[in-house]
Amino acid sequence: MAENYVVEMQHITKQFGNYKANNDISLQLKKGEILALLGENGAGKSTLMRMLSGLLEPTSGQILIDGQPAHLNDPRDAKKLGIGMVHQHFMLIPAFSVLENIILGDEPTKGIKINFQKAAKDIQQLAAKYHLKIDLKAKVRDITVGMQQRVEIMKALYRQAHIFIFDEPTAALTPQEIKQLIKILRALANEGNSVIFITHKLKEIKEVADRCVVIRNGKVIDAVKVSETPEAALAEMMVGRKVNLGIIKQETDQSQKILKVENLTVENHGRLKVRNFNLTVHSGEIVGVAGVDGNGQSELIAALTGLIKSKSGIIKLLNQPLQNLSARQISQAGVGCIPEDRQNVGLILPLTIAENLVLKDYYHQPASRHGWLNYAAINQHGRQLIKDFDIRSQSEKEKAADLSGGNQQKVIVAREIAAQPKLLIAANPTRGVDIGAIEYIHEKIMAQRNAGRGVLLVSFELDEILKLSDRIVVMHEGQIVGELDPKTTTSEELGLMMAGKKPVMQKG
Amino acid sequence: MSFSTVLMTVFSTTLIYAAPLIFTALGGAFSEHSGIVNVGLEGMMIVGAFSSTVFNLFCAKIFGAATPWISLLIGAVFGLLFSLLHAVATINFRADHIISGTVLNMLAPALCVFLTRIFYNGKGQTPIIDQSMGTFTFPGLSKIPLLGKMLFTHTSLVAYLAIIVGIIGWYFLYRTNIGLRLRSVGENPVAADTLGINVAEYRYLGVLISGFLGGIGGAVMAQSITLNFSVSTISGQGFMSLAAMIFGKWNPLGATAAAIFFGLAQSLPIIGGYVPFLAHVNSVWFQIAPYAITIVVLVIFLGKAVAPAADGQNYIKSK
Repeated sequence: MAENYVVEMQHITKQFGNYKANNDISLQLKKGEILALLGENGAGKSTLMRMLSGLLEPTSGQILIDGQPAHLNDPRDAKKLGIGMVHQHFMLIPAFSVLENIILGDEPTKGIKINFQKAAKDIQQLAAKYHLKIDLKAKVRDITVGMQQRVEIMKALYRQAHIFIFDEPTAALTPQEIKQLIKILRALANEGNSVIFITHKLKEIKEVADRCVVIRNGKVIDAVKVSETPEAALAEMMVGRKVNLGIIKQETDQSQKILKVENLTVENHGRLKVRNFNLTVHSGEIVGVAGVDGNGQSELIAALTGLIKSKSGIIKLLNQPLQNLSARQISQAGVGCIPEDRQNVGLILPLTIAENLVLKDYYHQPASRHGWLNYAAINQHGRQLIKDFDIRSQSEKEKAADLSGGNQQKVIVAREIAAQPKLLIAANPTRGVDIGAIEYIHEKIMAQRNAGRGVLLVSFELDEILKLSDRIVVMHEGQIVGELDPKTTTSEELGLMMAGKKPVMQKG
Repeated sequence: MSFSTVLMTVFSTTLIYAAPLIFTALGGAFSEHSGIVNVGLEGMMIVGAFSSTVFNLFCAKIFGAATPWISLLIGAVFGLLFSLLHAVATINFRADHIISGTVLNMLAPALCVFLTRIFYNGKGQTPIIDQSMGTFTFPGLSKIPLLGKMLFTHTSLVAYLAIIVGIIGWYFLYRTNIGLRLRSVGENPVAADTLGINVAEYRYLGVLISGFLGGIGGAVMAQSITLNFSVSTISGQGFMSLAAMIFGKWNPLGATAAAIFFGLAQSLPIIGGYVPFLAHVNSVWFQIAPYAITIVVLVIFLGKAVAPAADGQNYIKSK
C-alpha cells in the first residue's frame, strides 16, 4: 500500500432485486481529509454511505477501515470502528432533550440509573473543543435546524468517531448556518478526523472539500482534486453532459398587472404572519420573494391559493378579486401553484402519475362524465404530459411515491403549467432535486415568464432567486422590508436584509 | 355514620376499585411508550382474572391466606403469555395494532368462559374463591389522627402496592437507560436503530410488561372485588385503564393518579349508598358514571395529549 487510508472501499456492489444501486465502486479516504461525494439524487451516494455506516450490507466487495477488513453488519459495528454518520433527515427524537438524544444507546450509568451529570460534563468538554454551541436541556423539537445538526455531530463525537459521514448536510440550512457548518467541518479535519461529505451542490464542494469523487448511475466516474477542477467540469461529470448553469432572459412586455396584493393580513393559529403586505406581479415578470424560513412566506402562499382565509386586504388577479375564494375557484381563475411540500401538498403519493396529473381537472370533461372517471382519457393525458415534460417513469400508471424527488417535482410542474395559469406561484421549486431537474424546472418557469405570464417565486435558495427574478422583494416578519434589483445586488446585501437589517434604499 | 367513617369508606372503596386500573394503565403506558398501541388490555385483564381465580380455587388449601397474592403472580404470568400474541402479531408480522388488540379482546372472554365450562361442570362462572384479598390496616400509620383512619385503616394493601409500582415505573422509564431506550423505539425507531438499539427487542419488552401488569390488574379484580370469574368480571376496566393512561399523558405517575380518579368513579355505586346526600339518587346513574366519565375524558383529552410519536407504527428494517 502506497499510502495509509482510514477508509478503503474496494469494488463495492449493492443490488436491490435486479437493480444495481452501486456497481463496482472503489474509493479511499485519507486521514485528515475532507472528501466530497458528488452525484445526482439516486446516483447511489446514500446507499454507499449506508453500507459504510452498517445500515446496509454490500452484495459484494470489501471495506477496509484503518487497513483492516471490516464487517459492518450493524450500526454498532460501525460505531466501534469510529464511524459516525450525520443523516440527511436527522435521526433525532423530538420529544427527548438534547442530552438524551446524544447519549441514547451509550448511556453512562450509576447502578441502573443514567448518570446525567457525567454525560453532561463529557459533552460540554467536547463542545468546548469543537466550538459546538448546543443547549443540552432543551427539547429537540424546540431547537433550530442548525442546532439539530450540531446535536447530530455531537452524537458522533460522543461516540468517539474519527470518520464522519455527512449526508447532504446543507439541504435544510440557512446561508449563515452553512458557513458555521463549514467551519465545524474544517475543525474536525484539523483535529485529525476524516470527513466524507455527500452533496450535489458544487459551490460547497469548492469551498470545503480537498478531493471529490463523482458518482453517476451507481458507478464512480472520476476522483479529482477540487482545487484543480472547475465547477463546470464537476457538473458535467455529475450529469453526464454539458450543463447550462446560466440562463438567458428575453425582453418581455411587462405592462399588464397580473397580481395585485393590497394590505394583505393573514393570521395562522392566532399569530399574525403576514402584515399589511403589498405586492404587484406584472405580465412577463418573475418576482422573487427572498427571506428566512418562517417569515410568513408559507402563509402568504396559502392565502393566495385559498388554503387559508386572509384577515383583511385585497388580492386581485387581472382585476378579479380572489381573496377568500375557495382553492378550486382560485385555480379556475388562473392561478397555478408549485407548493413547498411536494410530498404532502403537491402530490397524492399512493395515486398514479396520471391520476396526480388530473387532480385539478378530474371533476369535468374529458376526465370524468356524470361523476364517472374516464380512465382512458386520464391515462392518455398522463402519457402526453410524461412525454412533454420528460418525467422519467415506467408508465403513467406508476405510483407517484415510486418516483425520484426530481421527477415528482416534474409531475407537479407539468400539472400546473399544463393548465396554462395566468399567474404561477412557485415555492422552493427545486428544493432537494438534482441538478438536471433544477435546470429543467428553471427553464420551464422562465418559459412561463417569456410567454407573458406572471410568476411569483418564493425561495430560500438565494442563488435561485438571483438567477431567475426580474425583481426581488425581501420578506421579514410578514412584511416586505425592501426591494432589490437582481442585476446590481449581491447575496451579502440580500442576506443582511433577510436578517431584518434596514434596507439601504428607500421603500416605494 | 360519622363523617370520618364516610371518608374512610370513600377512600378505601376508591382504592379497592383503583388498584386493578392502576396496574393495567401502567401496563398500557409501557406498551405504548415502546410504540405498540395496546387496546388489548381488556383481554389481558380477562386472562389474568381467569387464571388467578382458577389457581386460587385449586390451591387455596395448600397456600392458605397467601393464595390471593400468589394468584396475582399467576395472573401476571398468563397475562404475559397472552400478550405474546399481540407482540408477535404487531412486531414480527406488522399487523395493525388496533386489529390485533381487538382480536385479544374477542378471544379472551370466549376462551376463558369456554375453559370455565370445561373445568366447572358446564357452568358459565366459577365458584366463589375461599381466600380473597381482604382489607388491611397499617400498623402504626393507622394511629395518625384523621389521616390514619382515612388512608390506612381497612384499606386496600394491593392499591398501595400498585401506587409503588407506578413510582417504580416512572423511575424505570425516565431515569434508567433501559427506560430511555424503550421510549426511543416508541418515538423514532429509525433513529434508535441507527444507534444500535434493537427495536424489536425493546418493543417486546414493552408489550410483555403490559401483559404482565394487565394480568395482575385482572387478577386483582377477581381476587378483591368479584371473587369469582365470569364473563362480566372484567367489563370495560381494560378500556378505562387505557383512558386513564391517556388522561395521565402516558406518564406512569399521571396514569396512576388518573386510575385513582377512575377508581372513584367506579366506586360511586357503592359509596352512593353510604353518603347521606347521595343516598336518594337512583343508583343507575352511579353505574353509568364510570363509563360516561371514560368517554368524556377521552373526548376532551385524546386530541390534546401527546402520544409517543411512533405509537402504532410498525418498523420495517431494510437490509
